Amino acid sequence: MDVMTDPGTTGRFGAYGGRYVPESLIPACHEIEAAFREAWSDTEFRGRLTMLLSVYAGRPTPLTPAWRLSRELGITLLLKREDLTHTGSHKINNVIGQALLAQRMGKRRILAETGAGQHGVATATAAALLGLEATVFMGERDIERQELNVLRMEVLGAEVVPVTSGSRTLKDACNEAMRHWVSSVDDSYYCIGSVMGPHPYPWMVREFQRVIGEEAREQCAAELPYGVPDYVVACIGGGSNAVGTFAGFVDTAARLVGVEAEGGAAATFGRAGVLHGFRSLVLQNDDGQVTEAHSVAAGLDYPGIGPEHAHLRDAGRARYETVNDDEVIRALRRLAHTEGILAALESSHALAWVIRAAESGGIAPGSTVMLTLSGRGDKDIASIKEML
Amino acid sequence: MNASLEEFLIARRDTGRSLLVPYVTAGVTPKWTEVVHAYVDAGADAVEVGFPFSDPMLDGVTIQEASDRALAAGTTVRGILDEVATLDVDVPVVAMTYSNLVFQRSAAEFCAALRGSGLRGLIVPDSPLEEVGDLADAAAAEGLDLVLLAAPSSSRARLREIAGRSRGFVYALTRMGTTGEGGEISEQAARLGRELKELTDRPVLFGFGVAGPERAAELADHADGVVVASALMRRLLDGAGAGELGEYVSSIRRALDQGARWAVHPATAPSPTT
Repeated sequence: MDVMTDPGTTGRFGAYGGRYVPESLIPACHEIEAAFREAWSDTEFRGRLTMLLSVYAGRPTPLTPAWRLSRELGITLLLKREDLTHTGSHKINNVIGQALLAQRMGKRRILAETGAGQHGVATATAAALLGLEATVFMGERDIERQELNVLRMEVLGAEVVPVTSGSRTLKDACNEAMRHWVSSVDDSYYCIGSVMGPHPYPWMVREFQRVIGEEAREQCAAELPYGVPDYVVACIGGGSNAVGTFAGFVDTAARLVGVEAEGGAAATFGRAGVLHGFRSLVLQNDDGQVTEAHSVAAGLDYPGIGPEHAHLRDAGRARYETVNDDEVIRALRRLAHTEGILAALESSHALAWVIRAAESGGIAPGSTVMLTLSGRGDKDIASIKEML
Repeated sequence: MNASLEEFLIARRDTGRSLLVPYVTAGVTPKWTEVVHAYVDAGADAVEVGFPFSDPMLDGVTIQEASDRALAAGTTVRGILDEVATLDVDVPVVAMTYSNLVFQRSAAEFCAALRGSGLRGLIVPDSPLEEVGDLADAAAAEGLDLVLLAAPSSSRARLREIAGRSRGFVYALTRMGTTGEGGEISEQAARLGRELKELTDRPVLFGFGVAGPERAAELADHADGVVVASALMRRLLDGAGAGELGEYVSSIRRALDQGARWAVHPATAPSPTT
């Protein structure tokens, strides 16, 4: 099947992807694509990345059986523990890769957008590690919701720029980061945090995140009687942890499931559109005005979805489900009680679907489920308190 | 008016005139069509009408604010097209909007709708050469001139392709950045204007940062004219009516007309003996 391959110079995933950016940014996109292609085939670059992911970010992350919850649900649930990486989410995988690339390209500064703040913290961290400056754009509403992550970024030496336009969340932070990038493209590198943006970003970010799926596949092969789980499940905002996870299993018989927040479910309720430099499924009104996403998880408040997910959906290789905020909070608490693991609200979406599907028979008893726990929930404690 | 946008602008330019294209965001006030008429009365050679989009990636704070205001007032594509159809102006009207509005149904349907309301051209800043294929075909089929952007960062090879494939005029960005006022006219803008003029006989108009009459006249020395957007929208958002905006456009018109006369410096004019 022609999925999860190199999208070529046009950056197409089926009908999706592309490079819908102003002419001013086209040379920068070409430069990044050329630099990434060269770096990705350079064993020294790959070696340096692998080394940093290991000694700095804490990879490989374990695959932890959810012993008690598995028994309650009548399935075998395995958790890929991205929450145990340095900075506490899968975002670090992508950011170390892109920061190394920025350094290789001779850039002085890294720009980033952030929703929940995890990508911003990861960017600030990688910038500090490699001696680069970091400027992070964050919606004013997210700044209020994720105060702790703002402080973390500032302590790490990054400048956090509040975005006051539009819905004051992730989509507006993306707009502002793009605007800033246009005017500083000579010395700044835009480090996009998910599988979105103009080509080569959706592909490049997938390649940097595929380490999740590749490790999980090896771990499953070592642990499971048939080597491959029946289900591979991950949450989706833009969809980077899901794409990285799916990349390790796309050529197996495993069923791939992406779980979106009900209020930000572009794969389920979106129509084809162009936003932030790429064509994909987008939540929008009849006139093409992009609508705001709403979710308890700031990291999933995005009205679009990575173009490769739209393609995987159309090709029938992955399916996309939604869960609501209440199910998410219940799932988060249940995992905390049964396993002593405090998952991020984002990751708890994937878990909420597994619980619902297992309890309703949607997942057959005795099935094996590999779920990527994309991040830890410490950042969400204040939000959770409000919801209780 | 049967001439295409390009034919119209070339005819005007060839009379020795610097071209002036003012911009208004459709729906920014209920009486925005009066602003269009005021521009034309003040000597505009074409008018650019912005179809507001929720996520205008290439726009600075002023056009963002104008777009937000128009959308909050319930502006729709259909509504704009109906109002454009009622315009009684003798210069071409050009639409400017983002890809998501253009590709809602299909580029062909969007272009047909624009043409049906009498629009003569279309500018889509987030559809660069790589993505412009279907849209260029659809526009050509409708006799709509699709204007392409050229940037200071564009390579010579890209400039050649942009100059060759753009219709109506070539929209030259004075700087790397978003729409908005201010900023000095850089040597890179002058160079871009000169390069494009070498590559094409199509009109080359500067846009972005054309902050007032002096700046407009200065820029027009390096190309065929200017697009003025944020300077006008700033005034409109601060309360200026169609009359005041028309006066402002007149002041730019005068500066351009004087600039055009001064364009040939006596010291560089051909000497009568040679």
